[in-house]
Amino acid sequence: MDSRQKEIENLKDYKYGFSTDIENIRAPKGLSEEVIKFISKIKKEPEWMLNFRLKAFERFKLLKEPNWQKPKYPKIDYQDLYYYSAPKSMKDKPKSLDELDPKLLETYKKLGIPLQEQARLNGIAVDAVFDSVSVATTFKEELTKQGIIFCSMSEAIQKHPELVKKYLGTVIPTTDHFFATLNSAVFTDGSFVYIPEGVKCPMELSTYFRINASETGQFERTLIIADKGSYVSYLEGCTAPMRDENQLHAANVELIALDDAEIKYSTVQNWYPGDKDGKGGIYNFVTKRGLCKGKNSKISWTQVETGSAITWKYPSCILKGDNSVGEFYSIAITNNHQKADTGTKMIHLGKNTKSKIISKGISAGQSDMMYRGLVDISSKADNSRNFTQCDSLLMGNKCGAHTIPYIKNKNLKSNIEHEATTSKISDEQLYYCNQRGLNQEEAVSLIVNGFCKEVLQQLPMEFAVEAQKLVGISLEGSVG
Amino acid sequence: MENQIKSNFEKIISKLNFSNLQKEIKVKNINNFLKKGFPNKRLEDWKFSDLKQIISNNFEDLNFLNEINTELKKVEIIEELEANKLIFVNGVLSNVDFKYENLEKIEIEKNADLNEEINQNALLNLNSAFISNYLKVTIKTGYQFKKPLVLYNYLTEELNSSGINTRLDLDIENDVALDIVNVSNKSSNKNFLNFRQKINIGQNSILKNYSLDINQTDSIKYMHKEINLSKNSHLEYFILSAGSKFLKHDINCSLNSEYGSISLNGIINLKNDQHHEIKTVINHNEENCKSYQLIKSVLSDDSKGVYQGKIFVDPKAQKTDGYQLSRALLLNENVEFNAKPELEIYADDVKCSHGSTSGNIDENSIFYLMSRGLSYSDSKKLLTNGFLNEVIEKITNENIKSFVKKITGIEV
Repeated sequence: MDSRQKEIENLKDYKYGFSTDIENIRAPKGLSEEVIKFISKIKKEPEWMLNFRLKAFERFKLLKEPNWQKPKYPKIDYQDLYYYSAPKSMKDKPKSLDELDPKLLETYKKLGIPLQEQARLNGIAVDAVFDSVSVATTFKEELTKQGIIFCSMSEAIQKHPELVKKYLGTVIPTTDHFFATLNSAVFTDGSFVYIPEGVKCPMELSTYFRINASETGQFERTLIIADKGSYVSYLEGCTAPMRDENQLHAANVELIALDDAEIKYSTVQNWYPGDKDGKGGIYNFVTKRGLCKGKNSKISWTQVETGSAITWKYPSCILKGDNSVGEFYSIAITNNHQKADTGTKMIHLGKNTKSKIISKGISAGQSDMMYRGLVDISSKADNSRNFTQCDSLLMGNKCGAHTIPYIKNKNLKSNIEHEATTSKISDEQLYYCNQRGLNQEEAVSLIVNGFCKEVLQQLPMEFAVEAQKLVGISLEGSVG
Repeated sequence: MENQIKSNFEKIISKLNFSNLQKEIKVKNINNFLKKGFPNKRLEDWKFSDLKQIISNNFEDLNFLNEINTELKKVEIIEELEANKLIFVNGVLSNVDFKYENLEKIEIEKNADLNEEINQNALLNLNSAFISNYLKVTIKTGYQFKKPLVLYNYLTEELNSSGINTRLDLDIENDVALDIVNVSNKSSNKNFLNFRQKINIGQNSILKNYSLDINQTDSIKYMHKEINLSKNSHLEYFILSAGSKFLKHDINCSLNSEYGSISLNGIINLKNDQHHEIKTVINHNEENCKSYQLIKSVLSDDSKGVYQGKIFVDPKAQKTDGYQLSRALLLNENVEFNAKPELEIYADDVKCSHGSTSGNIDENSIFYLMSRGLSYSDSKKLLTNGFLNEVIEKITNENIKSFVKKITGIEV
């Protein structure tokens, strides 16, 4: 009991809130063509890449920031941000882990990322992104044997330009919405995954994102391509140090599944949520979109969202191939002054496509939680099916929980089912647990975990344990 | 079109004798409308029904000057229903008939004054600017109506491409019981109708409102209702939406005191290229209130159905019980059904849920019926009728229930 209590004490505050003193190289402050050219130059990018960025920037200048979302935030001054920040020692990229700045390694150790030996034991290949650049990718050799490409985006642009050129921007074009276009113009790094035909990736691939420097925005770009008949499971984790200011994180994630391929994308998002009075924290405005391009393909999103001051994202599936399947499992937890406007879009274009949405929202403190989703079945998507279930749990009477589903059906052979409930933890349930010797906090944690179980089950083992703990920690002190 | 609206408005202002204050309010309203124009799909509330486009597809010009002055000779009103009547001809009140009731308990003000608040809804601005008589009816405390009240909107055959605006405020005091039926006549002409009703329901009162859009017409209609409920009052609202070419019900209910309850049920039954929308907002502002909504749609041919429903729960409104269910049957490949059931909840001790389904008739059920000797179309009809009958059974006024069953051809 004592050790558990200690652990909770330790974890009570944001445990990833340290920052690391590392010299950084930064692009000049502000957003302009020069800065984009600077980023492109420092990354030694070919010309087509620079043109891709500049095209996006041209478009960006015409766009207006959207303001239909529920959580309002003070206006972001896009000229007051650093768009590129990299640890200085990265200028000449190290060839092996031993050459990495020991301070960096220490940081990752604090974060609990298995960069070296642990990695092998856990069997997870990790690509870690620190501020803007990818630091190390473990397990490379073993993956290369199978023909799997798992590297940073900058490396992919250098080494596999044909793949990047073919797929980058096909799911999220440079002409997309405000934040996605901004990302296309200034993205700095991210992960690139290519699974060749018929290969089942033998281990979980994982990326760890961390924002370290202050006044920087993080704009990473991830591209995952699963060729015919392949399978990959990809994990993503995020943390940031505690700072008073709000930091912007606007990533783009593109998934492409060809015939018979399957991509499983799991996120445990734990950006710094701001302090108890709502000061500071990350603005998490991420665009995630998957395209089931081939027949019988499948994309499944699983997310556990516990951090960020504002979360505003809708991981989506475009079900273009016949018989393709899209899934979305989400747990979103908001506490104190956190705000979340999240959900998914399932766009059915092909025949016999299926989608399933399970969303669990928990709001506590003075937070606001919103599920916003779209299910659109087009007139050609015969025999399609969708099932949606969104449940919200409220803790305390100062928080809010909202559900706004958009349901569009243009096909008479297709069925859409949607259900949503909102409730609180009943006194009877708490009483039952108390009676059996659990204290208030334990009881709440048990009930909440039961509420989330459907989603937690979808996570890979290693993550599920962490996520379960995270769910408990995020709600500390919100009941009783 | 804008110019015509402007010149129509100037003519009305100069012709009718309004006080200066009234003129000023009307001018504010028309300016607001001209600034915004007819709502289009960029507005969240009109996302699925672009009125601006519908208006421009159907009318070259809209005439808001209503000069046709016909005396109504005979009204083919619902004959089998013994009822009190308020008859509007081309939007103007022409006949008041409360022959079954105690007239002392009913107060009618035919030309009420507009109050100063300017609404943000452009169509309500239009309504305020053009209404020529603003009717206010008050039902005194303790009165129970013996027969239902029919609000009949009659459009004459001469009327074409006209904009009709009417407004009725109904103040129901405490301990009153009243049943209202809204109907309009059949007409082959195209007109734009903009109805507004504002109803206050007093303590312990019961209002049953039946909105029946049953007669075929090419008109474009917008019906705005604002209903406020007091302590321990009850509202039963039933919609049958089947006749008009375009119809949007915009229903806003507020439960402003404890123990209020709402039961709101609707049917959308469409053919050809009809396009109907039901939009509801239920505001739970106080504790211990209850609301229940059931909307069923049957869409054939090229029709389009929309349901937008919202349950709002204020932080004060603990112990709220809210429920919302929308189900749609799609019978043709060209139909479209859009739904947006919304929950916005700020109180924790509540029970709120919603559900929405849309799809085709279950083939197994058809097989079951056909194996017992019914033809395909008969089984389909039987299943559709059974589907809709659930909503009709919610009507508590027996006379009206059997009347609705008769006109819809559903006799189970």
